[in-house]
Amino acid sequence: MTAIEERPANPAAAAENRPIGFGRLQRKEDPRFIRGKGHYLDDVVLPGMLHGAMLRSPYAHAKLISIDTSAALAHPGVHAVITGKDLEGLNLAWAPTLSADVMAILATDKVRFQGQEVAFVVADDRYSARDALELIDVEYEALPPVINARKALDADAPVIRTDLEGRTDNHIFDWEAGDAAETDAVFARADVVVTEDIVYPRVHPAPMETCGAVADYDPIDGKLTLWETTQAPHAHRTLYAIVAGIPEHKIRVISPDIGGGFGNKVGIYPGYVCAVVGSIVTGKPVKWVEDRSENLMSTSFARDYLMHGEVAATNDGKILAVRTTVLADHGAFNATAQPTKYPAGFFHIFTGSYDLEAAHCKVTGVYTNKAPGGVAYACSFRVTEAVYLVERMVDVLALKLGIDPAEIRLKNFIKPEQFPYQNKTGWEYDSGEYERAMRMAMDMAGYDELRREQAEKRERGELMGIGVTFFTETVGAGPRKHMDIVGLGMADGAELRVHPTGKAVVRLSVQSQGQGHETTFAQIVSEEIGIPPEDIEVVHGDTDNTPFGLGTYGSRSTPVSGGAVAMVTRKVRDKARLIAAAMLETRPEDLEWEKGRFFVKGDPSQGKTIAEIAMGAHGTVTLPEGVDGNLDAEVTYDPPNLTFPFGAYICVVDIDPGTGVVKVRRFIAVDDCGTRINEMIIEGQVHGGLTDGVGMALMEIIDFDEDGNCLGGSFMDYLIPTAMEVPDWETGHTVTPSPHHPIGAKGIGESATVGSPSAVVNAVVDALQPYGVVHIDMPCTPSRVWEAMQGRHVPTAGV
Amino acid sequence: MQIPAAFEYARAESLDHALQLLAEHGEEARVIAGGHSLLPMMKLRLANPEWLIDINDLADLDYITEEGDTLRIGALTRHVSLLESDAVAGLFPLVRDAEKTIADPLVRNRGTIGGSLCQADPAEDLSTVCHVLRTELVIRGPNGERTVPMRELHRGPYETSVEQNEILTEIRWPIRPRSSSAYTKVERRVGDWATTAAGACLTMGDAGQIEDVVIGLTAVGLDGGTATRAEDAIRGQQPGEELYAEAGRLAAEDCNPVGDQRGTEAYKRHLADELTQRVLRKAVERVNSTAAARS
Repeated sequence: MTAIEERPANPAAAAENRPIGFGRLQRKEDPRFIRGKGHYLDDVVLPGMLHGAMLRSPYAHAKLISIDTSAALAHPGVHAVITGKDLEGLNLAWAPTLSADVMAILATDKVRFQGQEVAFVVADDRYSARDALELIDVEYEALPPVINARKALDADAPVIRTDLEGRTDNHIFDWEAGDAAETDAVFARADVVVTEDIVYPRVHPAPMETCGAVADYDPIDGKLTLWETTQAPHAHRTLYAIVAGIPEHKIRVISPDIGGGFGNKVGIYPGYVCAVVGSIVTGKPVKWVEDRSENLMSTSFARDYLMHGEVAATNDGKILAVRTTVLADHGAFNATAQPTKYPAGFFHIFTGSYDLEAAHCKVTGVYTNKAPGGVAYACSFRVTEAVYLVERMVDVLALKLGIDPAEIRLKNFIKPEQFPYQNKTGWEYDSGEYERAMRMAMDMAGYDELRREQAEKRERGELMGIGVTFFTETVGAGPRKHMDIVGLGMADGAELRVHPTGKAVVRLSVQSQGQGHETTFAQIVSEEIGIPPEDIEVVHGDTDNTPFGLGTYGSRSTPVSGGAVAMVTRKVRDKARLIAAAMLETRPEDLEWEKGRFFVKGDPSQGKTIAEIAMGAHGTVTLPEGVDGNLDAEVTYDPPNLTFPFGAYICVVDIDPGTGVVKVRRFIAVDDCGTRINEMIIEGQVHGGLTDGVGMALMEIIDFDEDGNCLGGSFMDYLIPTAMEVPDWETGHTVTPSPHHPIGAKGIGESATVGSPSAVVNAVVDALQPYGVVHIDMPCTPSRVWEAMQGRHVPTAGV
Repeated sequence: MQIPAAFEYARAESLDHALQLLAEHGEEARVIAGGHSLLPMMKLRLANPEWLIDINDLADLDYITEEGDTLRIGALTRHVSLLESDAVAGLFPLVRDAEKTIADPLVRNRGTIGGSLCQADPAEDLSTVCHVLRTELVIRGPNGERTVPMRELHRGPYETSVEQNEILTEIRWPIRPRSSSAYTKVERRVGDWATTAAGACLTMGDAGQIEDVVIGLTAVGLDGGTATRAEDAIRGQQPGEELYAEAGRLAAEDCNPVGDQRGTEAYKRHLADELTQRVLRKAVERVNSTAAARS
């Protein structure tokens, strides 16, 4: 035996430490991941499987004159070369996006961003497929590109979407929230108004596993089995049925283990469709997996919001109103993924955690010659942009008024007794105790002591900054009456079966990309019915074996599917009560529940465990009228509202005045996600999100040169943080349950990514006070920090 | 997965065998050692060699030997060996300074000093280190051995004077008494290529003056790899803040940085100044502390 095999499988989860229900528990899925036994898309190998490779445009904007595929077709091992023309014949060259636009699967008329899909080769192996790409001869006629979003609406800007009839500009939409007149009135009478231009640059989720698909079309029974790196297998199945015309019952979408999603794996990418077409054309399974550069250059980016923020306040720091206009760079196709009625996602939560008199935003979406996408990277449907805007602006105000950033936040928080709170842009915040979380973070940080240390250091010319942020998210989309994606309501199904021996299987509609669903959802079942988590199998990611639902993104798994799983378990428990009553020959209302067991009120010795009830249900017990012989149930949960997690973050940085290098010394994160199901998983999610936030604040950007060449197409250029760039995270929490959620949980997946960038940037700006810096756009690279110290702004993508 | 074009592969059993393979396969053959530059370039199809001549079995090219007033380093010596060698750190502390910042442990375990120098990347830290140490390089070819000084190794970015049928075999660093050195680098993230870096090696005279000095800068387009005007200005002078500032100013004037995602041109020029001052200060400190320890 090796040393590894001698170790107990899960030492910290020895029987006595294992919770029945909620509590700290090592993840059930981890043994397979840490032993290299995960089953990811690239592990799918089918007999006779062929391999695809994608030819992409080197130009950001060019007319497609001709494509000659003859040499590629003649290359040994090549089975097919598919172009836009071929797809036109199948009516698949263009496909609907998730935002009521269309996008090219393979270019037919023009290419509209560097890295756009032009042709797809199917060959015996990856090497032949890749080699054949070099043999495809494409003639382009370069066109001037639109790179700077601020110039996209200029009268002389080249029109990108000439495919859309009657289109004469690059305008996509205007969208507003809040009351403009009321807000203007408040601004007019305010003591003080601060304004700032704030860019949230284009970044990329860069999941460890890139995107890919294996398509296996069976021409005999007409069934398509499609393995995909998708966060939303059910929505994909329905979309393929609508777009490709394959009957929905003949499509099975399987999402295997996923190596990170962060919103990057919500949409349908051209490579997936090409794999399907490749399989239909060749009659063999086709695998396509993109490489790192393809992932960074062509798949769903995040942010790219050019924001103008304004805050109106009294002289003593009472915030009265927030107003913002946003230019949203959506790239070449409007392919953002968000509920239909919300083209700017949930950006209108930019009112933050503050009790305002008025608020208004106007968002204008434009096309540019960049990759499409836009809602990704753990953004909670643009809550990230919203939180960044308001939390930067509050600091700009605090600086103007000379009020401490923590103090000004405490002064303006929505008070606990104001919940449920109606904000000025249409949200109903479910619950919150903001001051308690803020005070906890300040205590953990030793806030006053940090300020004293900072003052001393400033005397010596040292640059130390303390960044404060308080965020409120709106997650768990969402109520069916308000929220759908391409017409599919955002409710989630769940099914639970308790087997005769009292073990159980729960089937989810959501799909994990690393969030630990196999553990969290087992714990929810366990909490509600008392079966140990290890006795509950969690099935997800296979449309033939799970109920319908919209998938995992926007921190919606726990708020929506978590609600579904709690409700389905309660349904089973209600049924168990009827069966237990029959077994104990008493009335159901005379039974009392303790975790895992019903017993007769007043006589605890007379009882039946869930396992005994399950055996009874499947056995020979005479069942009451209307109760059938199983212990199963299914539900579809339609959340009554979204949930509103919040948190207080404090970041401490030191900046080398000679080089501008920022070192994050400490980071204190107090999160409130309502009821906490598994502390360990929550902490893991927070640690990951904070690391993301430091990355965005300090180093991540997908930038472009003036010709539209992507400057972030590899990990040499697109930097993501390592353990070396982040401190030991100091985490804390408060618990303010959601009043409308079955178990009071609010979701945690994106909180830290949403909240942390402003904490870091606020700290950097705070450190640079001796230089009079009011704002610095991300990423705060050493060069950009040093330039800010010289009073200069360094534009990205021309803005 | 990024996929290189097809290539042939041969594993050299000796240096002579490697040279013979290079001669045999001609222009389209490339030597591979650690492979941490060549393989990514092949995967991106920026390099498409027809033959790879693998020299990783040539253990006799992997050594660090002090011989008289020279430290001899075999070209196949891995970064990790240079990083961990106390002999190297004692004689030339800038090597450890630099190695700590080169890529990450995985790359350092595999990448070699010979490969780093022959890659001739303008942002290569070890190139500056070798400039600063007035390195002599031993190159073997079909007609035997020749030596070149560091300033003649690089003909331009990614281009060296090691001919197609030759292999760099040894790196020689002269050992001087009362000397020390330092290297410092600004990077956007650990493992990144240098935004700018500086290295200096100096020898102190009996009167406490800077008897000799070499200053090198990384990734800022310094002609010849060393800041000669700055060196001339401080040679023979008593060390001190004003002197460092003067050296920094001259070094910054003489470099030709190009603005990119790592930094603006102005920032890189500023770093050339700032980092030059820092390495001079550090190197002087080190000489003095070594001298103090001896006395």
